[in-house]
Amino acid sequence: MTQFLQQIINGLSLGSIYALIALGYTMVYGILKLINFAHGEVFMVGAYTGFYAAGALGVASFEAQNQGFPWYLALLVLIIAMAAAALLGVTIEFLAYRPVRSAPRLTPLITAIGVSLFLQNAGMLLFSPNPQRYPAILSEVRFELFGVIVTNIKLTIFAVALCLMLGLHLFVQKTWTGRAMRALSFNIDAAKLMGIDTNQVIRSTFAIGSGLAAAGGILFGLDQITINPLMGVLTGLKAFVAAVLGGIGSIPGAVVGGLLIGLAEQLTAGYLSPEYRDAITFVILILILLLKPEGLLGIVRVEKV
Amino acid sequence: MSLLELRTVDKIFGGLHAVRGVSFQVEKGAIFGLIGPNGAGKTTLFNVITGVYTPEHGQILFDGQNIAGLKPALIAERGVARTFQNIRIFRTMTVAENVMVAGHHLHKASIASAMLRTRAYDRDEQALAKRARELLEVLGLAELADEVAGSLPYGSQRRLEIARGLMLSPQLLLLDEPAAGMNSQEARTLNEQIRFLRDQLGLTVILVEHNMAVVMNVCETIHVVDHGETIAQGTPAEIKVHPKVLAAYLGEEEPGTEASP
Amino acid sequence: MRAAVRLAIAAAALLAIYGLQLGVEAGFTEYVQRIILLAGINVILAVGLNLINGTTGQFSIGHAGFMAVGAYGTAFVGVQLAGPVHAALGSGAFSDALIFNLALLAGALFAGIFGLIVGMPSLRLRGDYLAVVTLGFGEIIRILFNNATFLGSATGYSGDDPSGLPAYTNFFWVFAWVAAIVILIHNLTFSQTGRSLTAIREDEIAAEAMATPTTRLKVTAFAISAATAGIAGGLFAHMQAGVRPEDFRFERSIDMVVMIIVGGLGSISGAILGGIFVAVSLELMRDLQQYRLVLYALLLIVIMIVRPQGLLGARELHHLLRRKKPAKATAPSESA
Repeated sequence: MTQFLQQIINGLSLGSIYALIALGYTMVYGILKLINFAHGEVFMVGAYTGFYAAGALGVASFEAQNQGFPWYLALLVLIIAMAAAALLGVTIEFLAYRPVRSAPRLTPLITAIGVSLFLQNAGMLLFSPNPQRYPAILSEVRFELFGVIVTNIKLTIFAVALCLMLGLHLFVQKTWTGRAMRALSFNIDAAKLMGIDTNQVIRSTFAIGSGLAAAGGILFGLDQITINPLMGVLTGLKAFVAAVLGGIGSIPGAVVGGLLIGLAEQLTAGYLSPEYRDAITFVILILILLLKPEGLLGIVRVEKV
Repeated sequence: MSLLELRTVDKIFGGLHAVRGVSFQVEKGAIFGLIGPNGAGKTTLFNVITGVYTPEHGQILFDGQNIAGLKPALIAERGVARTFQNIRIFRTMTVAENVMVAGHHLHKASIASAMLRTRAYDRDEQALAKRARELLEVLGLAELADEVAGSLPYGSQRRLEIARGLMLSPQLLLLDEPAAGMNSQEARTLNEQIRFLRDQLGLTVILVEHNMAVVMNVCETIHVVDHGETIAQGTPAEIKVHPKVLAAYLGEEEPGTEASP
Repeated sequence: MRAAVRLAIAAAALLAIYGLQLGVEAGFTEYVQRIILLAGINVILAVGLNLINGTTGQFSIGHAGFMAVGAYGTAFVGVQLAGPVHAALGSGAFSDALIFNLALLAGALFAGIFGLIVGMPSLRLRGDYLAVVTLGFGEIIRILFNNATFLGSATGYSGDDPSGLPAYTNFFWVFAWVAAIVILIHNLTFSQTGRSLTAIREDEIAAEAMATPTTRLKVTAFAISAATAGIAGGLFAHMQAGVRPEDFRFERSIDMVVMIIVGGLGSISGAILGGIFVAVSLELMRDLQQYRLVLYALLLIVIMIVRPQGLLGARELHHLLRRKKPAKATAPSESA
């Protein structure tokens, strides 16, 4: 039983990270009907930015002296990474996606794949293809709860993810930009006719989604200890499946999907075999697309003939 | 027995009840008009009849058989052809190719024979091309046979859609706003073409149309819907003065007030 | 009579290819020969993928999976057949040819079956979702091979012989198959079936309204395209010592997509050019090894932004020579 609870805890923390990344996919798809293949790479860049920022802020010396990294510096690292990722996301949108926005659906899809490949390989050139150990921005503290090992890192993941998701929820519900984002996801042409600056809203969407992914990247680094330039490929794909599972275009869906995928992966690794932990995501993807393509929380759209 | 009969057909999209309990009969050889203000559910009815949508309730009897909910390709095979409000021709293919696509029933050769170019395949292909040219002649498009369909003028594109539909050797032809964008000269020609389709080719025609000069002159029976419901059915003369119809169109053009050609 | 003429032409063509093989083997280094073979294999991949992505307008980005099925299938069947065939016919070029081609057909069959399995459920989905599902299936197939112990798992399958799989693949077989596949696919594309597939691409709803059996045709095209990828896989396998799952990752599927995009989606001649282009450019960029993929990705992005229709668009080379005329303005027609 404790093993089961352990897997649940691990699965939920992994799932929280997936959820943060999935939010970016779902928001962009909701508005542009584009699968932002490069989003996984933004997650990766976020993680690396955190890596380098922490290094620049002297995390190594704190580690050497066995002292914890100060919380305010950790927060700074997070902010820097999120800002950098937001900038990257907006740049990608401007350079690669906007020129092909009105092209038939195939073209942006291939462009997105191209951007993804570009960032992966550029990452390998810039960051070294070898895995790097993630700095102890948070020093690990373990404690036992009902026989289950919980670390402060897992708790931090829950806390940060929860805060960010709440923040997003408030943003989308209460602010003008958030409302505009929802309007665009219903009908982008009508929104344009209502005088909404769609380019601005789209920029914001990319910025926010990328920022969340970067946060996910740092949390991932803390949790998994190592990062490498190709980390965005598999994780990005899993987060995308999470978005589809929850209902692509739906923000609560992305959260639900992320948690479910995290759980499924962890339980499969624990009870079936670690070999299949990645495969289970693909199986879920295929099942959901064949059985309920609009996702768990998504709405069925009828095509006008 | 009528060729097409709708019995209390309902079509609901989530919160929108697009078609409510519509019933009508279309006799073989009739030219039947379906009119109503914008958003009344006319094209939805066409889509339900041709299998694009499945009705929630009701039956659609074609030649006595219920076709409600069948797939569009199957319904087309049974003899129901249609054109589309927004003209859905195959833009990058030639005019002749557009028509030939619809000739499946004339082309029995298998995929393997297509790959190997057997004699059977060549025979079928020639028969298909011949029939396509015949239909293009009928619609006055023979000269444009090798032109790319997307480059045709609007009116020719509409006629191409009809030629393509005729390739199915249908009994019933559904025309969705065939007069859209036409001037009165073209509309007059369209009336003649519709009569020709019925008189010379034996087709039964159902017409969704806003252009009253066409509807009032060529249709024998007119069925009026508004907000998904039937509000009247009758001859053009009856419909012109029907109080419910006038009320539904209030604010839009009143039926019968356009000068007849 | 007609069959006789065709057989004569085929024999002549095969002789010509054999002649070319002699020339190539004499005139080029092994390194260049390998590139030529890879170019041929790419052409098969591209022409096959073009049938479903280009002509039919469906978007499959997991085709490496079918190539893998063909590779493993051909290798495995080849190894099983070797014993009985050699026993019956002795060793030598003829029995090798028999084994190889039977094995290739088996590989194509397996790949085609996988194509049906993947295609039937997937082709109900539209656009992006179809792309993602095919990607998922491609990965699942690779993971399956990665875990299939009887096929060597991650280390791969190299048959019974310690020196690896027999090197059946040579210029002649590659280009004989290239010729066959190009002709068959060309005939299919310019037939009523091809027209129907193009109609599905242009406007599936209108195609259905014209009694086109869209699902059946899409699935069939998908299966044919998978089978051709299988042949390419089988040819590829027998250029290597063994078949490894590593060779069929997502990057391979992307290579295939690049081939048809560069050449022009929907054009067979474009696919041929694209296949050659990818083989050659990947080699040319080998010196820039590290930068190779970065440049590749940039190329993809730039093409999409600047010239998404690729080199030839959806037209064939021979069409460019006799341009289609723009429609003349016609007066409203006289009624029939």
